[in-house]
Amino acid sequence: MSVTLDESTIKSWTSDAGAVVSIHDLRVFYGNFLAVTGVTFDVPKHQITALIGPSGCGKSTVLRCINRMNDLIPGARVEGQILYHGQDICTSQVDPVEVRRRIGMVFQKPNPFPKSIYENIAWGVKINGITGNMDELVERSLRQAALWDEVKDKLQESGLALSGGQQQRLCIARTLAINPDVILMDEPASALDPISTLKIEDLMRELERQYTIVVVTHNMQQAARVSDQTIFFSLDEHRHGVLIEAGRTRDMFTNPRDQRTEDYITGRFG
Amino acid sequence: MSSQTTFRSRAMATSPIEQPSNLTRRKARASLVQWLLFVVTALAIVILAALLWDISASGARWLSLDLLTNTSSRKPENAGLRPALLGTLWVIGLTALFAFPVGVGAAVYLEEYAPNNRWTRLLKTNISNLAGIPSIVYGLLGLGVFVSLFALGRTVISGALTMALLILPVIIIASQEAIRAVPPSLRQAAFALGATRWQVARDHVIPAAMPGILTGIILSISRAMGETAPLLVVGAAAYVTFNPTGLTSKYTVLPMQIYEWARRPQQDFQDLAAAAIIVLLLLLLMLNATAIYLRQRFARNVKW
Repeated sequence: MSVTLDESTIKSWTSDAGAVVSIHDLRVFYGNFLAVTGVTFDVPKHQITALIGPSGCGKSTVLRCINRMNDLIPGARVEGQILYHGQDICTSQVDPVEVRRRIGMVFQKPNPFPKSIYENIAWGVKINGITGNMDELVERSLRQAALWDEVKDKLQESGLALSGGQQQRLCIARTLAINPDVILMDEPASALDPISTLKIEDLMRELERQYTIVVVTHNMQQAARVSDQTIFFSLDEHRHGVLIEAGRTRDMFTNPRDQRTEDYITGRFG
Repeated sequence: MSSQTTFRSRAMATSPIEQPSNLTRRKARASLVQWLLFVVTALAIVILAALLWDISASGARWLSLDLLTNTSSRKPENAGLRPALLGTLWVIGLTALFAFPVGVGAAVYLEEYAPNNRWTRLLKTNISNLAGIPSIVYGLLGLGVFVSLFALGRTVISGALTMALLILPVIIIASQEAIRAVPPSLRQAAFALGATRWQVARDHVIPAAMPGILTGIILSISRAMGETAPLLVVGAAAYVTFNPTGLTSKYTVLPMQIYEWARRPQQDFQDLAAAAIIVLLLLLLMLNATAIYLRQRFARNVKW
């Protein structure tokens, strides 16, 4: 039995609550190892939520739960609730394919398909059965990702011939083309130089108007610059990832409530 | 060792860069290994060249169009290998037709779909074991199953099905390797766009793995082409003077024809066997050339 995500319930629920994704008491296991426990937070609509914390604290794990990418990891098990517009998407009744079509993802290392730039955009559109003028859609997506002017004369060249920063923007354009609701970004700029990083950050600011973004970052300045809300994770004494503090980015960076948060954002943490 | 070190370091004291004491010995060893590797490579090539020279010397005289167009005969002047050549083409063509979809399909299932549990691991281990089983055993299996049980008789189809079974494990293993070499980030990118498993496999994994899959297939097809033992068992005839006409036709293949000629006492037939070997080798060469061409074509579709 499969539950379809119904457009009308999505709209009505969002308008009352304001949170697009709402995570309740999330626990993630890899085999018998409890990687993340007791994570609860909301992702507000049309805002950027940054997940920060030291390596291995489970930020990326939490991110991958939101679009069921953890299903692809053998031995991964998720408990708790992730409500997407009020509907739990963590149950086996919900088809992960449908979740991912609405909750797109950009990865740490740019991973364009070994195909032309045009096909990189068009593939996701085609397999999702979206109809319309493909040339226009490709152009619009590339413009949205601030890449059009750089690639408009070489759409038939390989996506892998682009520079790292351009490849990452191509991956963003590819995600935008299927018109998702939420975009998850797993350290989208960590493999890029400072100028490309700045372009990605500007782009995120631009996209925030139409999309809800959740971004994992190791870069404190980046979290401070781009995000509206910050969630700080760390490891507890059993080395399980836990949520330490969540709040408005401005408040958290100027006035952290928890000592561990302060240590981390000021760079005193190991 | 230590006395050598002190001697060296004293001798080099004025040099701006101090040489490690064992550098000369390491360099000598490196060049020794290089020479050894060259010698074994040269040895392999020399032996192959000698064999080819020997075959050409005795067979070249008999190479002619008649050899390709005539049927086998009791007189060496009239003897040709047309039925065997066509038989090989029939059997190998059908073998590829059966083994390719089944082999690649199994590999895609094992790598992209199968859950990682004991059953799957058992399956994978046993496929590797199957690849090591002597070909004559496949011949006996073919005799029992295709010739007798399915009552297909000693025909082209029995031979082709047996050969397909023989090369399936190798095709599956080679395809698995090729599929495993496709970077996981490619699959993740596709899954993150809301693709189903089949869409990911069809549009990304299989095209990226295709050059590697083709290499495995061509290697195993080449092996099947030279294989005699299983066909001997499932009933390729030794003396055939007519073309194979279809799936249920009686047939012979080139290695059988070579064997049939080579065991005759007359020198002329021995030389005819050498000529047939040359034809078989040329056929293999053509097959490999096609494979290289196909590989490059498929590699172009993937714009790495």
